[in-house]
Amino acid sequence: MNPYKKDFPIFEQTVNDHPLVYLDSAATSQKPFQVIEALTHYYQTYNSNVHRGVHTLGTKATDAYEGAREKVRRFIHAKSTKEIIFTRGTTTAINLVAQSYATARLKEGDEILITPAEHHSNLIPWQQAAKRTGATLKYFTLHEDGSLDFAKAKEQINEKTKIIAIHHVSNVLGIVQPIAELASLVHRYGGIIVVDGAQSVPHLKTDVQEWDLDFLAFSSHKMLGPTGVGVLYGKEHLLDEMEPVEFGGEMIEEVELQEATWKELPWKFEGGTPIIAGAIGLGVAIDYLEGVGMEKIEEHDRSLAEYAMDELNRIDGVTVYGPKQRMGLVTFNLEGIHPHDVATVLDAEGIAVRAGHHCCQPLMKWLQVPATVRASFHIYNDEEDVDRLVKGLKKTKEYFQHATG
Amino acid sequence: MRLDDLYRRVIMDHYQSPRNRGRIEKDALTVDLNNPTCGDRVSLQMRIQDGKIKDAKFEGEGCSISMASASMMTEAIKGLDVQRALSLVDLFSSMMQGEEVDIEQFPLEDIEALMGVAKFPARIKCATLAWKAMEKGLKNEYKEGHK
Repeated sequence: MNPYKKDFPIFEQTVNDHPLVYLDSAATSQKPFQVIEALTHYYQTYNSNVHRGVHTLGTKATDAYEGAREKVRRFIHAKSTKEIIFTRGTTTAINLVAQSYATARLKEGDEILITPAEHHSNLIPWQQAAKRTGATLKYFTLHEDGSLDFAKAKEQINEKTKIIAIHHVSNVLGIVQPIAELASLVHRYGGIIVVDGAQSVPHLKTDVQEWDLDFLAFSSHKMLGPTGVGVLYGKEHLLDEMEPVEFGGEMIEEVELQEATWKELPWKFEGGTPIIAGAIGLGVAIDYLEGVGMEKIEEHDRSLAEYAMDELNRIDGVTVYGPKQRMGLVTFNLEGIHPHDVATVLDAEGIAVRAGHHCCQPLMKWLQVPATVRASFHIYNDEEDVDRLVKGLKKTKEYFQHATG
Repeated sequence: MRLDDLYRRVIMDHYQSPRNRGRIEKDALTVDLNNPTCGDRVSLQMRIQDGKIKDAKFEGEGCSISMASASMMTEAIKGLDVQRALSLVDLFSSMMQGEEVDIEQFPLEDIEALMGVAKFPARIKCATLAWKAMEKGLKNEYKEGHK
């Protein structure tokens, strides 16, 4: 029995009369009771707005909210809490960079480089930025297994490259991209790198200074924390030069009838009442992840993915996409059976997987499949879950052979 | 939750041997519709003459439910008045909501097999895709015809 499972109350139930096997953590992870209790505790005992009143509860809420920021800073090894902006999630974080940084800096002739394997949230903001500014959106080349062709990438990066935007871990193929190497390359030409860390920060040790990242975006809900909150990390000097994109309360220093000035970092980017409970919950999720240890989590997820690949490859008619070396997810198809049908049969067995295009339509076209099935893992999963998946898939095959026979 | 309620034999038959799959050579009204959340897509073609659907064909990509539903629908609407076909969209929607409907109103008996989809909320959108395409196409056509 997985020793962490007992911390996650969601597993104390059956789904369609079977114990729940949750294999959709890349969409959203489950939450340990510590996180759930932290939310309740905030609302029950010190619910107050932050950075405003002078009353006791307000001070307590502010301390907890800013304490969570410090936890995030430590977790990703940022220099200062000024570099940690709380957002609504990865999508909002990337959009902030695309709208503020990119709009102010890009001009015709400049290039943005991304991969065809980006999640839509790290693709459309750059399409839009290119349209607004006249810059060109270009794509890195991928090897046949979906990994980045680094030799070609080296040739593609030059003085025109102002922004590289890339995922750290692919939400479809599980590939880990060489972001530190790309950062060093683009810095040589004066460009910056924006990293979508939605699938990496929850599963491996992150060090923005060691990797020399300019921006990193990630979501709380994929790392055992609550939904509705995420983080934009940005180097202080870059954030300092950027204009806010949301204006209102909480982010101002001085407001006149015709003019206003902004608070200092990080608050100038946090207009309106922030996601107080969510940020506090994220802090507790980080405590939990650190309690387990990020190295251990990475090792756990990787070995589970490897086990899953081996087991799935043993089933006749299964195609697994992507290389063997990967983080904790496996994307595949069962010959002749549409992913939705696979997911429905698995669901009847209490197994939750994702079926569809995973918000990666260009990558699906590249793989030449309309959709796929994805099983993704976190610390509460174990080999028993994979065995249940394998059994479920065999049952799916049988069921459809019978239904169409 | 019984899978057999969803995957009835007649559905699998339409999935495996879809009726009216292909293109109409000319004078066809074409409607492309996709379901952005899951990637299913259908391209429906109808040839309409004197307010009647003379022919209907489809192409597409998707799960057994979406493709079987498109197959049944094209079979059902051939020869119908535009208004009558549109009324079937409402009837089908009601059936998908799990409401009690008069099955006999469908010109094709097979459609009854899709009734079980109502018990699988995640799959209702698969079943309604082709019907939504039909509705979209005919509503436009009807508006233009009455300018």
